[in-house]
Amino acid sequence: MVAFKLNGKDVRADVPDDAPLLFVLAHDLDAFGPKYGCGRAQCGACTVLVDGLPTRACVTQAKAAAGRSVTTLAGLGTDGKPGRLQQAFLTEQAAQCGYCTSGMILQAHALLERQPNPSERDVREALDGNLCRCGTQNRVVRAVLRAAQEG
Amino acid sequence: MNATFGRRGFLKGAGYVALAFALVPDEVANAQAPRAVLPGDLNSVRRLDAWIRIEAAGRVTLLVGKVELGQGILTAVAQICADELDIDIERIDIVSGDTARVPNEGVTAGSFSMPNCGTAVRHAAAEVRAILLDLAAQKLGVPVETLSVEDGRVVGANAAASYWDLALGQALEREATGTVAPKPAARHRYIGRSVPRRDLPAKVGGAPIFVQDLRLPGMLYGQIARPPAPVATLASVDLAAIERLPGVVKVVRDGSFLGVIARRREQANAAAAQLAATAQWKVEKSMSGDAAIFDWLRAAKPARDIEIMNKQRADGAVPAKTLEARYMRPYHMHGSIGPSAAVATYDPAGSVSIHTHSQSVFETGEAIAKMLGLPRDKVRCLHGQGSGCYGHNMADDAAADAALLARAMPGTPIYLQYTREGEHGWEPYGSAMVIETRAAVDAAGDVLDWNLELWSTPHGTRPGGEAGNLLSARYLEKPFAMPTPANGGPPNYAADRNAIALYDFPGQRAVTHFVTDMPVRVSSTRGLGAYANVFAIESFVDELAHAAGADPVAYRLRHMKDPRALEAIAVAAEKFGWSKWTKREGRGRGIAFARYKNTAAYCAVALEVEVQKRTGAVRVLRAVASNDSGHMVNPDGIANQIEGGLIQSLSWTLKEQVRFDDTRILSRDWADYPILTFSETPPVEVALIDRPGAPFLGTGEASQGPTGAALANAVFDATGVRFRRLPLTPERVRAGLA
Repeated sequence: MVAFKLNGKDVRADVPDDAPLLFVLAHDLDAFGPKYGCGRAQCGACTVLVDGLPTRACVTQAKAAAGRSVTTLAGLGTDGKPGRLQQAFLTEQAAQCGYCTSGMILQAHALLERQPNPSERDVREALDGNLCRCGTQNRVVRAVLRAAQEG
Repeated sequence: MNATFGRRGFLKGAGYVALAFALVPDEVANAQAPRAVLPGDLNSVRRLDAWIRIEAAGRVTLLVGKVELGQGILTAVAQICADELDIDIERIDIVSGDTARVPNEGVTAGSFSMPNCGTAVRHAAAEVRAILLDLAAQKLGVPVETLSVEDGRVVGANAAASYWDLALGQALEREATGTVAPKPAARHRYIGRSVPRRDLPAKVGGAPIFVQDLRLPGMLYGQIARPPAPVATLASVDLAAIERLPGVVKVVRDGSFLGVIARRREQANAAAAQLAATAQWKVEKSMSGDAAIFDWLRAAKPARDIEIMNKQRADGAVPAKTLEARYMRPYHMHGSIGPSAAVATYDPAGSVSIHTHSQSVFETGEAIAKMLGLPRDKVRCLHGQGSGCYGHNMADDAAADAALLARAMPGTPIYLQYTREGEHGWEPYGSAMVIETRAAVDAAGDVLDWNLELWSTPHGTRPGGEAGNLLSARYLEKPFAMPTPANGGPPNYAADRNAIALYDFPGQRAVTHFVTDMPVRVSSTRGLGAYANVFAIESFVDELAHAAGADPVAYRLRHMKDPRALEAIAVAAEKFGWSKWTKREGRGRGIAFARYKNTAAYCAVALEVEVQKRTGAVRVLRAVASNDSGHMVNPDGIANQIEGGLIQSLSWTLKEQVRFDDTRILSRDWADYPILTFSETPPVEVALIDRPGAPFLGTGEASQGPTGAALANAVFDATGVRFRRLPLTPERVRAGLA
């Protein structure tokens, strides 16, 4: 059994000790944002925030999140009511397939929390561990800078 | 996303065991009657109600066989449908890629979706609107010419009727006639506007929209245990030991095919890894190694040598000199960020339903039916979105593998997503190629005779209705042999796509050496042969320009006659600031052009690089692309495709090559096969050229070829050294400069 806060709500999951946080979120708790990409912390598609810090959920055991606060996309806003960063991604149409979008938004959210007015270079460096195969990097950077400006 | 996905209850419209009729091209049924050629895919699926349904309560359902791959096609076809029907775009629900419900439009590939599907929807919607207007005229008792439509409300001088009030009866249950002209561009409300993508709110909001997000009641998790090498036979395996592992429900063996089903995903992955590690295999050495692949290609005996062009020069001018070059492209991965996935349920009564992100739901369903020994209509494929595929990745294999596992546990939905290693190591790569060019030029350096020969393994091993094209089918107890792939012919070609230069050379010859031996699994990867062929042609044209002492832009313009090509090149050069650019130490500029397939979108790319001579590192500082896709439906969608293709091509050209030894694939993750990062991505500007009233031209693969060549040309401009073998890694560039 593991218990933590997910997007502000207390959640519990009866899972094996070595269950990765990613699969517990995605398959036990129906948090659909974080995605399996590599299982090796190389691509960033699984990124969530644990106590505000960007964390690769594919290589983090769920029990490491016990008692902590986990944030996924749904913690920033929803389909019908997007948060500031999510709205900026929509305004800039900053995706193609969108598979890696969740991880990028959470990684960028952590950047903006730490550094509300980042330079373009800061944004690119913060997202260097998030891979995009569709080639939307520049749109994503514009979205993050827009969110910072509008913040 | 289509309405079949919801939280938990994924199928709202139809139970997954209920196999409805499949819409097959109705020309099969009525092959005798001579009929008019209809626009786009309307020609093969001619019934209006196969495409458009006027539903209750102010809704319209648009049914299309093409599927959303992240390229924005469903947004674009909704724009077209809304404009031609005169309705608000929000009224449209789209069903896409469900083999039981939609028109069979073949494969979503080759930049065909706008010309074939977009055009079909345009004409179907225009004709449906005309029918509705006629019905309204009858109901209101007024001449049809006096009526206009506002958001589905047909308005006359004194009365009105909405589409949804009209007694539709069987009015749409008939074939299109192709006699209703679509609207002129001036009356478009949505076409030509950057309507936001209809699938992005769910994607930024974390709503379930991907196949990977599907959760069915009672679902279990599968994983496949592959052999250590492509050519391998299972010698022995201890299945009982794997069955005892935590969470394992079933171990599936069929010949050399091995998979596991477990209660949890990580349990399935762990068990499959242990199964693969403990099984004993008889492995054969079947590959050349990546370093020797170009020699292998040149020495291989082609299955076919095809002269695809031979235009003899009429004049008798004697060439002043002849130049030659040889270009090489390694194997590339599709490299989807999300490994392929599928969810399959095998009904005990003998049918299977598969949620898949395949590009070819109909043909993949047929291949899976053959693999399972089921009638074709007992396999239903339902498209859901996946990670971007960029061609034939493992989407179809995942659908087949999920079905193989599901067959072992009838009634239980099986979820399968490959591991990173499983996708990297087994996907069908874009083929390595060798291209040799030779040009005889006159005293001014202008081309008299152009000659290009290429060597390539296949670019198309999609399922195509054949079980042997599914990876696992070749390892079963009763294996299916892989069919010998064919090369595509004119006008689209495959290995030789874009091998015919669009320039107006007095003499031109092009020959394809099509090698069907496949030391490495290959299939369609964005652009097929066009990437390498355009890289070769546009590098060589650059070499000829430099040899002639000519500016590369001016040299291209003087060899080109197609006015749209001329404009695309000129626009890219102008936006780049070609004529004002000043040379600086270590910097270089390059330009390249192609019209994709010589039939689709026009695209020129100009870019600037900085080369560190000491390290060999190439940094792209900025890039500009021009694009002409005919009549633009969604300008931002086009810009996104051109920019994305350009950035992906920079990644291919700078960094990518699949590594392998004589036995196995060595590129197993992103450390072994790095791709372009955010910090390495240059600013990209896209200049769009609109052609209102012109046919829609496909866009998705237009910028890859020009980008690779523009980059190599810029590196030459910066260093004075010509690089003809890809990728342009720091090691290769440093060695070339030494």
